[in-house]
Amino acid sequence: MTDLTDKKPVFDKITKDLLAEVAELHQRPTGAYNIRLNGESADRNSTANVQIVSKEDVSGIDVIIAPGTVGESIHIPVVLSESGINEVVYNDFHIGEGADVLIVAGCGIHNGGAADSQHDGMHRFFVGKGARVRYVEKHYGAGDGSGKRLMNPHTVAELAEDSSMEMETVQIRGVDSTIRRTDAVLQAGSTLIVREKIMTHGQQLGETHFNVEMVGDGASCSVSSRSVAQDDSVQVFYSNIVGNAACSGHSECDGIIMDRAKISAIPEIVANHIDASLIHEAAIGKIAGEQILKLQTLGLTEQEAEAQIISGFLK
Amino acid sequence: MLELKDFCFTVEQDGQSKKILQNIDLKIPQGRFVVITGPNGGGKTTLAKSIMGIVQPTGGTIHYRGQDITELGITERAKLGISFAFQQPVRFKGLTVADLISLAAGKKLSTVQVCEYLSEVGLCARDYVDREVDAKLSGGELKRIEIAGILARGTELAIFDEPEAGIDLWSFNNLIEVFDGMRRRTDATIIVISHQERILAIADEIVVISGGQVVQQGPGAEVLPALLHADYKYTVCKGGMRND
Repeated sequence: MTDLTDKKPVFDKITKDLLAEVAELHQRPTGAYNIRLNGESADRNSTANVQIVSKEDVSGIDVIIAPGTVGESIHIPVVLSESGINEVVYNDFHIGEGADVLIVAGCGIHNGGAADSQHDGMHRFFVGKGARVRYVEKHYGAGDGSGKRLMNPHTVAELAEDSSMEMETVQIRGVDSTIRRTDAVLQAGSTLIVREKIMTHGQQLGETHFNVEMVGDGASCSVSSRSVAQDDSVQVFYSNIVGNAACSGHSECDGIIMDRAKISAIPEIVANHIDASLIHEAAIGKIAGEQILKLQTLGLTEQEAEAQIISGFLK
Repeated sequence: MLELKDFCFTVEQDGQSKKILQNIDLKIPQGRFVVITGPNGGGKTTLAKSIMGIVQPTGGTIHYRGQDITELGITERAKLGISFAFQQPVRFKGLTVADLISLAAGKKLSTVQVCEYLSEVGLCARDYVDREVDAKLSGGELKRIEIAGILARGTELAIFDEPEAGIDLWSFNNLIEVFDGMRRRTDATIIVISHQERILAIADEIVVISGGQVVQQGPGAEVLPALLHADYKYTVCKGGMRND
């Protein structure tokens, strides 16, 4: 690996901090990567099995992963460190048959100015037969400017037969408004697992939409959201799981509500096949008093107990 | 070590005062294994919670190692070296067994260290370290993790509120071994709320609470035979099962 300062372009501290926060990148990664900085691709590397190519008609990239590629990781972080940038990015991932890869995305916005900064990312995954992909994305906002930090990620996944996709999406701090959509279509024998962790505070708004359609026998999905809403923030969770075949689906929304925040969970499960088995679970409530008491008996203060409970819940 | 003086706890119920604990005077010396027993509803759990500060008394004082702790909160008492094992252990979504044991120890423990505490309470450690302390664990498993947390704290005073409640016979046998081990290996004071003959049998001292008052107190060897006498009004549970 090369240190991020060793090779051009040289990233400033804000950029390096954001890269560390959203993609845990302290150095240039091995393998394929594309670092997008303030609306442009700032650095890129392709490998023999993973080609990263700029789109010609719109802003964004195609990531083409050769069939049978196993054990490679692809990093595609996005950083907005200048105030007032507003971008829509289209990234497509073509994951070849039998591949098994890790994709780490993530967007960090540092807004130190008065203008809003916004990143809308459309990520489409075409997961080939028998392929496996683990996709991790993290969203983070920082900066003390009055301009808002806005992110609207939209993930579309098309899972071919016997493929699987595991998606972890995390937004812990600093994003003023987000509408997060995940749409997936699952063919026979494919599996989708989505785990979302989200925390909102201040006046933030967070909206999550999960739409999963299982069209082949033996398909299965599990989508879950764990959320904490603090201060005056508002969260809305929509999930819609449709079973059109002999399949199984599970969606779960667990919310901790604090202060004057509001959380809504609006689940829908639709079985269009006699052998579709669908479950939804939702629970919203404040931190249980007995949990705080228990941690106090271990020597934690009420505030420390609360922080431990939240960090564990969102871990 | 621990001294309660004229200790009272009263609640308002249907517009009337109900005395849960009445003028309790109790001294527990350092290093003793004390079992508090008595009929259900007699005030045992309230007394145990009062020592931890979970319940605040409406009268009287409580001194711990010479310090008046009556007005201290739970956290402060915990920091002074008091531990409390809940009758119904609390569940946490997200916190793992390793997290909880580390919090109990007051420092980040290695997997090996966490495993040692879990092994002491009879849990096959590797299977549990990374599991969440949530509803997926059985009552018996939670109970043992609760006790492992007390072992990890290693405090001078440990209070166990009905540790036998909700556990199977195998876990119960293991529990007796854990208590025996604790009293042999440490100089800690252990207070156990229990109905069980086998726990009462290893007590240095037995305190019988009924109707919110101490009705009997003395060395285990003297008090237990009286409790087991057929004419005694309160039934002690034999073996590993509750029969009261």
